[in-house]
Amino acid sequence: MTTLEAFRDSTRTWLEENCPPSMRTPMIPEEIVWGGRDVEYVNPESKLWLDRMAEKGWTCPTWPQEYGGGGLSKDEASVLKDELSRINARIALTSFGISMLGPVLLEYGTHEQKMEHIPKIVRGEIRWCQGYSEPGAGSDLASLGTKAILDGDDYIVNGSKVWTSYADKADWIFCLVRTDFEVPKHSGISFLLFDMKSEGVTTKPIQLISGSSPFCETFFDNVRVPASQLMGRLNEGWTIAKRLLQHERTMISGFGLASGQGDRGGTTSTTASLEGAAMHYRGDKERISDPVLRDQIAQFKIDSEAFAFTSQRSLEESKQGGPNATSSMLKYYGCELNKRRYELFLKAMGSQALGWEGDSFEAEELQVTREWLRSKANSIEGGTLEVQLNIVAKRVLGLPDMLSLANKK
Amino acid sequence: MSLVLTEDQQLLKDSAKNFCQQNAPISVLRKLRDEKSERGYDEAVWQQMVELGWPGMAVAEEHGGFEFGYAGLGVVLEESGRTLVNSPLIASVLFGASLLSEAGSAEQKSALLPKVVSGELLLAVAIDEAPVHNPQHINTSARKDGDHYILDGEKSFVLDGHIANKLIIVARTEGDVESTAGVSLFLVDSDAQGLDIQRTLMVDNRNAARLTLQQVKVPVESLLGGEGAGFEALDRVLDIVRIGVAAEMLGSATEVFERIVDYLKQREQFGVQIGSFQALQHRAAEMYSELELCKSVVRAAVGALDDDSKSTEDRAKMASLAKAKLCEVSELISNEGIQMHGGIGMTDEFDIGFFIKRARAAQQFLGDAAFHRNRYASLHNF
Ligand SMILES: Cc1cc2nc3c(=O)[nH]c(=O)nc-3n(C[C@H](O)[C@H](O)[C@H](O)COP(=O)(O)OP(=O)(O)OC[C@H]3O[C@@H](n4cnc5c(N)ncnc54)[C@H](O)[C@@H]3O)c2cc1C
Ligand SMILES: Cc1cc2nc3c(=O)[nH]c(=O)nc-3n(C[C@H](O)[C@H](O)[C@H](O)COP(=O)(O)OP(=O)(O)OC[C@H]3O[C@@H](n4cnc5c(N)ncnc54)[C@H](O)[C@@H]3O)c2cc1C
Repeated sequence: MTTLEAFRDSTRTWLEENCPPSMRTPMIPEEIVWGGRDVEYVNPESKLWLDRMAEKGWTCPTWPQEYGGGGLSKDEASVLKDELSRINARIALTSFGISMLGPVLLEYGTHEQKMEHIPKIVRGEIRWCQGYSEPGAGSDLASLGTKAILDGDDYIVNGSKVWTSYADKADWIFCLVRTDFEVPKHSGISFLLFDMKSEGVTTKPIQLISGSSPFCETFFDNVRVPASQLMGRLNEGWTIAKRLLQHERTMISGFGLASGQGDRGGTTSTTASLEGAAMHYRGDKERISDPVLRDQIAQFKIDSEAFAFTSQRSLEESKQGGPNATSSMLKYYGCELNKRRYELFLKAMGSQALGWEGDSFEAEELQVTREWLRSKANSIEGGTLEVQLNIVAKRVLGLPDMLSLANKK
Repeated sequence: MSLVLTEDQQLLKDSAKNFCQQNAPISVLRKLRDEKSERGYDEAVWQQMVELGWPGMAVAEEHGGFEFGYAGLGVVLEESGRTLVNSPLIASVLFGASLLSEAGSAEQKSALLPKVVSGELLLAVAIDEAPVHNPQHINTSARKDGDHYILDGEKSFVLDGHIANKLIIVARTEGDVESTAGVSLFLVDSDAQGLDIQRTLMVDNRNAARLTLQQVKVPVESLLGGEGAGFEALDRVLDIVRIGVAAEMLGSATEVFERIVDYLKQREQFGVQIGSFQALQHRAAEMYSELELCKSVVRAAVGALDDDSKSTEDRAKMASLAKAKLCEVSELISNEGIQMHGGIGMTDEFDIGFFIKRARAAQQFLGDAAFHRNRYASLHNF
């Protein structure tokens, strides 16, 4: 037996013994575990599952053991992934700490910063939010104006952020601030980490079209941040910011992947897959009776499968394990796919996908409606569709940049 | 299964690329067309391909091949797609030899496969009878008469039909026109009595022919596989060919895309490179993304052919996935190839026109995007 096969065996046994029964059923949105100081567990088995996974470092399988990660090789991590999906195990912990901050902290943080933050991310003890966008700095993120001025051993932060997802629930923020106003915009940005409980931080929730309010306006009024919480070098935050965006985009591109067996997973067959939904709501037996819809669903599923192969190939090709400019391509395509998926669910389900609340609709049907609306954000968050195409054109294809051509003239 | 080429496959791909660029650039195709070449391919180039061992790549060792797998043939086809090489590689090797391997008896294989590998024998396969691909629709009949069969019917769009020494003819020994049962495969000499072969000149200058069979009498030994049981083998081989053609289409589309990007950087209008216009940039970025998906499905589909753990149905799904996707993206990119070159893209002197012509022919060959989306849906039970 190779060591990898031995690892598979022991992993399988461990999962058999340690993954609680309800953690092998499809995830329900209310039971997603984001961690944090104030975490509440709707399902007690979620906590058990998280604790067991975190103990082994398997919430972050490839991160170094020194900082509480699993220390697995890429091959071992993919075995773990296989084994988890084999038993339909839920994701034990979902967080921006895992998908965004952790990877750049490991790359750019000091040993002390890693020792302080990484283990807490692995165990889900601290929940992070992302302080990037501002009212005047969206796609043109580098024009951000929130400022941090050194005062003794502290930075004093003033300004505001917007669209900060879960700012009202987060414990800490990773925040882009301007530390030099005299230089070109990209060269005066720094990357700060601080506690959302610091004096002077306030948040105000914003409601989304889907009815939920996961994101906020975030205000900083003379917030004191110890200078030791600067990550990377002063005024070199833009490099880290972009690197983090690549991780974020890779994560978001995952929305393009089908979940579980169907197109969106779920607990009943009626809304789990597109073809299942199309046939169910039409009373079709063997094939979708509407030939146009059938063709569109086939086309979608072909693209979706082709996209999954592409994500896999991109993973195999990035030998260093880090994402690169193709993350923009994946983000663009994955998000468009996810939007297409939900438009097709609406077509498949007719008016049953258009309910807002009440007993005339199954919970899952109402969920589809909300997910459809939420999917529209996919091509905005983490950098818009157009911005991703700009990046592909410039960085991958090497096409000239009109903006810099204009500036030269 | 890995979606990245192994070192050996990459080496083969590089050398195939070199060969095609050096020995079979598009100017060869142009010359074949302009000189109204009788055979429709360059015999010297084909001879060199034979010497490189390409026809034997996916053939078993016992029959003179190298068993390098379809992955090898796949990368060769991809590179030959870049320069639109006309050769018997598709009709005789990918299609003919695969069908012979799949359906033939031990004697048929050992008698004929080595000759295909050495280039002595050229095969062609005749299936379709109508302008739109439908392998189940077989009207050509084969009636048993003592120790012979008598074949009657018509075939169209037979790749390399007029240059093949032997044709594999799909005919019906029983059953309704659309039924898969009762379909049989016959090996017929091209000079058989009653067989009329008319070359049809196609827009893309790839060899095609129309066959008329009138009372063509062949001995029972020319049956490939069991009587009435030919469809299964045929269907499996159709999927091999669809995947191989998808690989070729990937090469052509990649070439067009690279030419577009080069042109966007080179051509200036309004005092700047046209590649600085966002209207073109975004379309280029979209094409790039689609092409990346194509590359992945071709790798996955070719890989499935070599992967013994895959079932016939798995391969069928992969074939329809790959062909549907490649048809769609080939259409997009070949169209943009003309559009983004402006007026010059419309000129015959410029090569880009050859690509749009080949793209459409390849799209129609063995099922276009709509055909394969329909098949994909059926294979997935919806
Ligand atoms: C659900 C959701 C969650 C989010 N979470 C967070 C978060 O946690 N933290 C955070 O910091 N931000 C977050 N964001 C903000 C997100 O990153 C920004 O909305 C995004 O970067 C776009 O900025 P904007 O909204 O200001 O749009 P704008 O930049 O004003 O864009 C408006 C339109 O113009 C287009 N456009 C702009 N520039 C160009 C160009 N150069 N070329 C072509 N088209 C262009 C855009 O593509 C878009 O279509 C979130 C957003 C959403 C919707
Ligand atoms: C069949 C035919 C007949 C013709 N007949 C005549 C005739 O009778 N008389 C005559 O004078 N001309 C004629 N033309 C020429 C025709 O008008 C030009 O080909 C056309 O204006 C495009 O110019 P171009 O070929 O130089 O392409 P380019 O201008 O080089 O364009 C190349 C590509 O870049 C794009 N592009 C260029 N600028 C921009 C921009 N600012 N933003 C976004 N995209 C841009 C174009 O849309 C095109 O896709 C004919 C052309 C053809 C094909």
